[in-house]
Amino acid sequence: MSKAQVLLRWIDERFPLTALWKSQLSEYYAPKNFNFWYYFGSLALVVLVIQIVSGIFLTMNYKPDAEHAFQSVEYIMRDVEGGWLIRYIHSTGASMFFIVVYLHMFRGLIYGSYRKPRELLWLFGVLIYLCMMAEAFFGYLLPWGQMSYWGAQVIVNLFGAIPFVGEDLAVWIRGDYVVSDATLNRFFAFHVIAIPLVLLALVVVHLIALHEVGSNNPDGIEIKKKIDPVSGHPLDGIPFHPYYTIKDMVGVVVFLAVFSFIVFFTPEMGGYFLEYNNFFTANPLQTPPHIAPVWYFTPYYAMLRAVPAFLHTQFWGVLVMGAAVLIFFFLPWLDRSPVKSIRYKGPYFKIALALFVVSFLVLGWLGTQPTDFLGNVGKTEVAVILARVFTLVYFLFFLLMPWYSRIDKTKPEPQRVTG
Amino acid sequence: MAEAAVDSGKRRFLLAASGVGGGVAVVAAAVPFFASMLPSARARAAGAPVEADISKVELGMMIRSEWRGQPIFVVHRTPEMLEYIKRMDGRVADPNSEASVQPEYAKNEYRSRTPEYLVLIGICTHLGCSPIGKLQPGMESGLGAAWLGGFFCPCHGSKFDLAGRVLKDVPAPTNLKVPPYKFLSDARLLIGDDKGA
Amino acid sequence: MKAVHFLVLLLPFAVAASEDSLDRAPINPQDVVSLQRGARVFVNYCLSCHSAEAMRYNRLEDLGLTEQQIKDNLMFATDKVGDTMTAAMRRRDARSWFGVAPPDLSVIARARGADWLYSYLRTFYRDNSRETGWNNLTFPNVGMPNVLYELQGEQVLKPHAGADGETGAPTLILDTPGKLSARDYDKLTTDLVNYLVFMSEPARETRIRIGYAVLILLGALFVPVYLLKKEYWKDVH
Repeated sequence: MSKAQVLLRWIDERFPLTALWKSQLSEYYAPKNFNFWYYFGSLALVVLVIQIVSGIFLTMNYKPDAEHAFQSVEYIMRDVEGGWLIRYIHSTGASMFFIVVYLHMFRGLIYGSYRKPRELLWLFGVLIYLCMMAEAFFGYLLPWGQMSYWGAQVIVNLFGAIPFVGEDLAVWIRGDYVVSDATLNRFFAFHVIAIPLVLLALVVVHLIALHEVGSNNPDGIEIKKKIDPVSGHPLDGIPFHPYYTIKDMVGVVVFLAVFSFIVFFTPEMGGYFLEYNNFFTANPLQTPPHIAPVWYFTPYYAMLRAVPAFLHTQFWGVLVMGAAVLIFFFLPWLDRSPVKSIRYKGPYFKIALALFVVSFLVLGWLGTQPTDFLGNVGKTEVAVILARVFTLVYFLFFLLMPWYSRIDKTKPEPQRVTG
Repeated sequence: MAEAAVDSGKRRFLLAASGVGGGVAVVAAAVPFFASMLPSARARAAGAPVEADISKVELGMMIRSEWRGQPIFVVHRTPEMLEYIKRMDGRVADPNSEASVQPEYAKNEYRSRTPEYLVLIGICTHLGCSPIGKLQPGMESGLGAAWLGGFFCPCHGSKFDLAGRVLKDVPAPTNLKVPPYKFLSDARLLIGDDKGA
Repeated sequence: MKAVHFLVLLLPFAVAASEDSLDRAPINPQDVVSLQRGARVFVNYCLSCHSAEAMRYNRLEDLGLTEQQIKDNLMFATDKVGDTMTAAMRRRDARSWFGVAPPDLSVIARARGADWLYSYLRTFYRDNSRETGWNNLTFPNVGMPNVLYELQGEQVLKPHAGADGETGAPTLILDTPGKLSARDYDKLTTDLVNYLVFMSEPARETRIRIGYAVLILLGALFVPVYLLKKEYWKDVH
């Protein structure tokens, strides 16, 4: 026996290393027909690692103090060796995380990856999405620029809109009567350690849940239903290692090329990844003419602004915005189609999904602009009307799904996977 | 279904090529992260060489300066002090500065560029306290009649002579360090830089 | 599906505001001589009131200057080349004299953009209703006087009057000429804006250079990794 084999046996007697390697990688069977949409899970993991590593190194030099925060970021950009690169990696990674996760969620939508027995897997995923939103929100205050400050002010004030408890809740969240150094310091704690720990735990249970039931695939059929009598493995399955470890490497290299292009050639991304207004230090006495959240929140921001302030409170907008995110949790039980994958669903679902995607994109676009940018129709702003229409479309995708998914004309699912 | 034989030679080659390429990429990516832990431009500016005006240091006296957070002693030695240094040769642990830290131009009997001025890092080589200057010889130093002048560390009693050399039988192991330095003129010293001197 | 992806990529460009009221700043970030000239203008005219606390003097070595050249030509307030560019004026005084402390200019070019700065520096005009005696078309009612008026000369506002008394967009005409011709003043402001852009992100040139190397490296890495995938996937039918 070689020294390596001796060492491995010593470890295996005390820790299930080989057993884990087999059950999770070399003998974990995944469908052989994964396509482009299946890259984004492993890419999400890659981005998570990138954010943690770059985040750790930023924390070595960043100062979470209202007097020093903005300056410490410029210190990193100029005085710390390679600091500019670490900063751009982190700012680009934040946006890329959302791009990757939105595409990953879209894959779930089109192939029915949320359907039984993967409901819990989907729920963990939505929780991860929620944590990501919190993580991004807390992180964005840290540079202490104008957008950082006022974005935080607006969002915390939304909690203030909750009836009866709102004001006290907002003060408790801020640790002060306005967003201040106290707020900055606690958001730092949330961003650097609290939420990352929760995120890591959620990613682990997400993967455990996945491996328990096995991956879905573009045809939406269960490969475990057709087992090879000789090998005992799914006929349409291949071991994750080496096939998907190697295939995912290709995905990672392409992703890193896109990522690097942004980091090195256009880290500001036209002001969408690094907002211009955030290069002004936070000024509590001067509200910027146009506050908008970072692009990945803009669909929900558009919804918030679309809802009128009934009874003199913005609370309804907050409710609608919250509902728009929480409704994702219900998806596994809203879809009553006999088939999982869009490939075998009828026109209703395809049209509904297309409308959903369009409304998400249009709402996102509307959320980046001031509400008056398209002019008025009588006393109402055109942009607000559009936002209302598309908010309705967004919700109808979910709310009407139990109906249209049942009456949709489906095609028969194949017995074996197709390409 | 007939399957072609696995070309393991090609697989091994491609694995090696990918492995090497990936390894290079990982190392290249790691470089800026590790480099970020080096002293920043701010630290380098704060640690930059310090100028000291020595025109006002009277004969037999010393001034204190600071460089990289460390106390610096500059002593303007008298001819008698230089005599006392010679007399201490037998009483110091490392008379030729073999074990201690100093630039090569300070590895001589006076541990300095010129006999007149002594430049030392004022940190005791025992556990890091800052010694007190006891430049005058004799009883009034409080260190006994045999004291020929030098430095005394109050923390654990280490003693050094007027060239910063550690005496025998004291807790400190080595002579006081000499920083890099050079003369900008007769009146000005640059501590922390000796390039082109 | 593909069309949707494409449209998503186009969105940022569709949304980008077209600022056609601003003049394009004809800066060349690689023109080191222009940057040196701009640095000199900045240090001579701007640093008396504005600080640039994130910028160290010795970083100007990136512009091809030696430490001695920086010390001799560009340092007035301090003699340590590792120091940051602090303003001569104290913030407290500035606030009492101008109503607001002149902002730090370290990242002004990232906050406002080169075109805005270029336009701003060229659209000051005499306005006796303002305390400083100056106003600015790009930044209405700004608290800053026209520091460069001796070079630019003095402009005044000349609103258009249409046939039915309607006023159009205001234009500026040169009332009193300055030491520089209009073209030379434009060159000076180009240099200054070029320098402000450099100062906002000194690592820019390095970033782009390394970027090329990284993309080439990843392109090269793609080849064996992709071939490896193809080779192993021959097994899968």
